[in-house]
Amino acid sequence: MLTTEALVKELVEKNGKTRNSLMPVLQGIVQKEHYLSEEALLSVARELDLSAADVYGTASFYTFLDTVPRGKNIIRVCKTITCHMKGKDEVIKVLSNALKVKVGETTHDKKFTLLTANCLGWCHKGPVMLVNDEIYPDLTPQKALEIIEEYAKEEKKA
Amino acid sequence: MENNLKKVDIIFEIDDKCTPLDVVVKTLKRPADEIILDLIDSGLKGRGGAGFPTGLKWKFARNEDSDVKYVICNADEGEPGTFKDREILDRVPEKIFTGMAICGYVVGAKEGYIYLRGEYNFLLKPLTKKLEEYNLFLKKNNIDFNIYLKSGSGAYVCGEESALFESMEGKRGEPRNKPPYPTVAGYNSKPTVINNVETLVYTTMICRIGPEKFRELGTKDSRGSKVFSVSGDTPVPGIYELELGMPLHEFVNEFGDGDVKAVQVGGASGHCVPRKKFNDTIIGFEGIPTGGSMMIFNSSRSMYNVLHDYLEFFAEESCGQCTPCRVGCQQLLKGIEAVKKGERSPAYLDDLKKLTGTMKIAAKCGLGQSVGNPFNSIIDNFREEIIY
Amino acid sequence: MSKYLVNLKINNMPIAVEEGTTILEAAKKLNFRVPTLCNHPDLTVAGNCRVCVVEVKGARLLAAACATPVSEGMEVFTNSEKVRVSRKHIVELLLSEHNADCTKCFKNGHCELQDLASEYRIGDHVFLDLVKPESKIQDISSPSIVKDDSKCIRCQRCVRTCTELQGVSALAVINKGDHQKISTFLNKPLHEVVCTNCGQCINRCPTGALTERNYIEEVWNAIYNPSKFVVVQTAPATRIALGEDLGIQVGERVTGKMVAALKKLGFNKVLDTDFTADLTIMEEGTELLTRLKRALVDKDETVVLPMMTSCSPGWIKFQEHMYPELLDNLSTCKSPQQMFGAVAKTYYADKINIKAQDMIVVSIMPCVAKKFECERPEMRDSGYQDVDYVLTTRELAMMIKQAGIDFDKLEDEHYDSILGESTGAAVIFGATGGVMEAALRTAYEIVTGREVPFTNLNIKPVRGMEGIKEASIKIKNVKPEWSFLEGVELNVAIAHGLANARALMEKVKKGEAAYHFIEIMGCPGGCLGGGGQPIPTSPEIRKKRAEAIYSEDAEMTIRKSHENPEVAEIYSEFLGEPLGHKSHDLLHTHYKPRKRY
Ligand SMILES: Cc1cc2nc3c(=O)[nH]c(=O)nc-3n(C[C@H](O)[C@H](O)[C@H](O)COP(=O)(O)O)c2cc1C
Ligand code: SF4
Ligand code: SF4
Ligand code: SF4
Ligand code: SF4
Ligand code: FES
Ligand code: FES
Repeated sequence: MLTTEALVKELVEKNGKTRNSLMPVLQGIVQKEHYLSEEALLSVARELDLSAADVYGTASFYTFLDTVPRGKNIIRVCKTITCHMKGKDEVIKVLSNALKVKVGETTHDKKFTLLTANCLGWCHKGPVMLVNDEIYPDLTPQKALEIIEEYAKEEKKA
Repeated sequence: MENNLKKVDIIFEIDDKCTPLDVVVKTLKRPADEIILDLIDSGLKGRGGAGFPTGLKWKFARNEDSDVKYVICNADEGEPGTFKDREILDRVPEKIFTGMAICGYVVGAKEGYIYLRGEYNFLLKPLTKKLEEYNLFLKKNNIDFNIYLKSGSGAYVCGEESALFESMEGKRGEPRNKPPYPTVAGYNSKPTVINNVETLVYTTMICRIGPEKFRELGTKDSRGSKVFSVSGDTPVPGIYELELGMPLHEFVNEFGDGDVKAVQVGGASGHCVPRKKFNDTIIGFEGIPTGGSMMIFNSSRSMYNVLHDYLEFFAEESCGQCTPCRVGCQQLLKGIEAVKKGERSPAYLDDLKKLTGTMKIAAKCGLGQSVGNPFNSIIDNFREEIIY
Repeated sequence: MSKYLVNLKINNMPIAVEEGTTILEAAKKLNFRVPTLCNHPDLTVAGNCRVCVVEVKGARLLAAACATPVSEGMEVFTNSEKVRVSRKHIVELLLSEHNADCTKCFKNGHCELQDLASEYRIGDHVFLDLVKPESKIQDISSPSIVKDDSKCIRCQRCVRTCTELQGVSALAVINKGDHQKISTFLNKPLHEVVCTNCGQCINRCPTGALTERNYIEEVWNAIYNPSKFVVVQTAPATRIALGEDLGIQVGERVTGKMVAALKKLGFNKVLDTDFTADLTIMEEGTELLTRLKRALVDKDETVVLPMMTSCSPGWIKFQEHMYPELLDNLSTCKSPQQMFGAVAKTYYADKINIKAQDMIVVSIMPCVAKKFECERPEMRDSGYQDVDYVLTTRELAMMIKQAGIDFDKLEDEHYDSILGESTGAAVIFGATGGVMEAALRTAYEIVTGREVPFTNLNIKPVRGMEGIKEASIKIKNVKPEWSFLEGVELNVAIAHGLANARALMEKVKKGEAAYHFIEIMGCPGGCLGGGGQPIPTSPEIRKKRAEAIYSEDAEMTIRKSHENPEVAEIYSEFLGEPLGHKSHDLLHTHYKPRKRY
């Protein structure tokens, strides 16, 4: 595994040393490390010659650029209207029970974080959830559980 | 029951004899002004929500004097209830690329960007691959245009064009003051054409089938067809390309579950139409325009919950910079909660309606300006459900 | 190229203005005042508060007057029904997320939000109270600044100030939607981040969300304490601005009245930081000449040039964070306020027979960074904290009001002696370029025995509000002991406002600048635009204050630091010589690198 600093350097190298690269650089870090640590934010600020507050302010605008530690697998259950109508509450409930976390929390083994999200663009197949970048439509509580179990079993990488 | 609803197959149609690659090569041999005339003639209006005539937009950008210009495809599709752009990106991406390349030729841009919402990251890999092939094809044909992919990170407001530019520039997605408009100063403050995914596909198709074929469909104010995202209480949820200008009752007959109480036309920021108005509501720019979202609610649904969901969405997704929207959205949300709990009298709903009047004309961007649409249409038609 | 004229009507009155003018500016020309909150003459346009909305005939939306350029044939209404209703709604909304306990608020009576609220007679709470309890926890970690989020209206003026004027960006907008707020890196307390304590954000905050840490009560307590001997020093730039907070016109000097008021408040001695400004020139001028000698004669390669001034504590902290590699360029001289404290609790205490531990030194400063500076551990060379309390010009005005003093009617009085004598050179410390001008007046004369070759000693090239100024003076016909400077072209540069400082430092770092001496003031305009000066501020206000400073200088009988008789006295009686042993102990200091990230 690359150190955070090396990872940032690599991403900056790839995307260019300008402000316009900020989003891809932050996205690249989240992909590898699941969230933006203080160290990561500071490295980015240093490499792109931006103020740390500015980098933090920008990251905090975006739901997917988390600045608090997240598990290896981030679950985002859609909470918007059609998924609401089709039973997202039940899905959240079983996941929450199975993982023993509330929405917003991360499991002790750091394997899962359970979050909700606004409309994911699969309303015709609600309820849906994202696990990392994978989409799982047409959920039932049972299906959701099975999917999570797969991730737990496989130790599937983010 | 008789039904005139016309299903159309333009967007997803595959014609091996004339592929998007053939279209771009052929079209780029024509004079740019002619292409613009065709687009204007077709009557195509933007499919991203605002409905600006596409031909005019391209013309404005073409007329700008600048070495650097950009073409941007808005694939930030975040309006609740909308999922048609994802389907287009998945199934016919070359048609989008072709629309962008034609636009680049017409306005004099050499770079195109697709801004893909972070929620669609699973599309990054296949799209990247197809883009590489497409870019290579352009290069081989000596077409000086290259398309890049950028992704968002979960912010609905970044679908607003100027917020999208800010985001691409590595900043918070806060909408800008207008003027200047994108065709004058957009991405990197250069003249920029920004179009919705679907709009770009129609430009490709108009170049292929000609403007006449396109304008045969639809009505005077709403030419052509459009892709609808149908969800909610329907036995057949999904994506449908339909002729514009249909009365809502025809739509409900086709897609409803027989017990439809209301249809939310145009997503969370659109209008809620109750059953009694189905007959005289036209779907199109002369009636209720929509980016394609049609959410159907049957009589088992609480319209309080519907409105509450929408308002929560806006309170969270407002960029937060301007007063009417940042504070207004929270007041509307907390306000209906207070009325529901009896902490405020029902008459408070009228104060809130007046507030949406201010949001509509004083908010900085389309997000804050349109929150009043769902609020007023739901309060006006389902007041009891909100209060009791 | 001349710009087009655009014809429009505002409230039915025709006007023609240059293309690119905003509706707000055009309305002002016709004497229609449109209220604003996020707009500020020193900053780029934001267009986010929306209180400036106006109606444009035929438009679906209201236009933000501050952000909308005029166009041909436009018909604008600044007070139509739609406008009034919307504007009132907007103020009501702002108040609904605002902790409006005005009576407890430091900004009470000087608050732009309060003004609007009372103008629009916002009565009972129309909307629900949205103030978040956690927003009421103030950040008082900084000795200079208090941040109170429950009073913030998110106009982002502070953020733009910190970025555009100061190049620091310690503050940023964070989160979105209902969680959006103004904060620091990872919401750390202000004293842990790169904030320089310059206070420029305070000067531009329309509400009480950013204010100085005030020490008024502490100072009253000291005054009332019979066992304490309380001396007060006043910085150069206070005398040309204090009046603004006491009903006197911008640009009017109130030196004599200020002294009279301070005496009435009960300070035991009223003394002048100008005295130590002159002392600074002696020390800093000598330091510069010494560095030049070592570089040119001794060919000593360890000598660091250009030398940079060190009297602005905001600038010092900036340099410690941002350019720690350039710390050796800084003059080792303390700021005049700290020189004063060190001298007051040693030389002066002895002279007037007061024990240092019984003496309280209060500073009246145009600056909030000096509150931080006086608490620095390096600033205790007298054996005690050299300066005990720093009050801003604004806080002094408040004390004067509290004491019921009718400022306008005061008869001029003189500073006490000693440590009360000053020169024109010291007075101009308050304006950008002033330290440079004062230093040149003295250094040139030391080296050549002649006055600087400028009419009436006015070194015009170093004056004015340009962000970065450059000048060079050819040194000719020097005294024999300075022969190594014969024919040397002395290159100097001046920057004010930390964004300009930053640009200059980048030049220095890249080696693009062959300067010998650089003056930097942390605040736009220099101390006259300091973070502790009366609010509001604008380019025009600062221009008027600068004029006041230069006219004060012009009227002084002594205008060169080395001619200050009290300065000569302190050297002969106490310090010995500039850069001597005592000076080294009391008047000089060192700096420490701080984290940028
Ligand atoms: C809050 C907000 C969100 C928007 N989201 C989208 C979007 O996701 N996709 C889109 O194409 N247009 C969106 N728009 C509209 C765009 O600002 C812009 O008008 C559109 O991309 C122009 O393309 P068109 O002319 O092809 O419709 C949004 C507008 C607002 C105010
Ligand atoms: S209307 Fe809302 S989203 Fe648009 S600029 Fe204002 S706060 Fe931001
Ligand atoms: S900031 Fe202004 S309105 Fe708010 S409490 Fe202070 S004086 Fe009152
Ligand atoms: S005091 Fe100066 S550096 Fe600190 S936040 Fe305010 S403007 Fe920025
Ligand atoms: S702290 Fe003051 S200047 Fe900054 S956004 Fe809040 S109200 Fe505006
Ligand atoms: S509402 Fe859940 S995907 Fe759209
Ligand atoms: S002053 Fe114009 S929007 Fe704030």
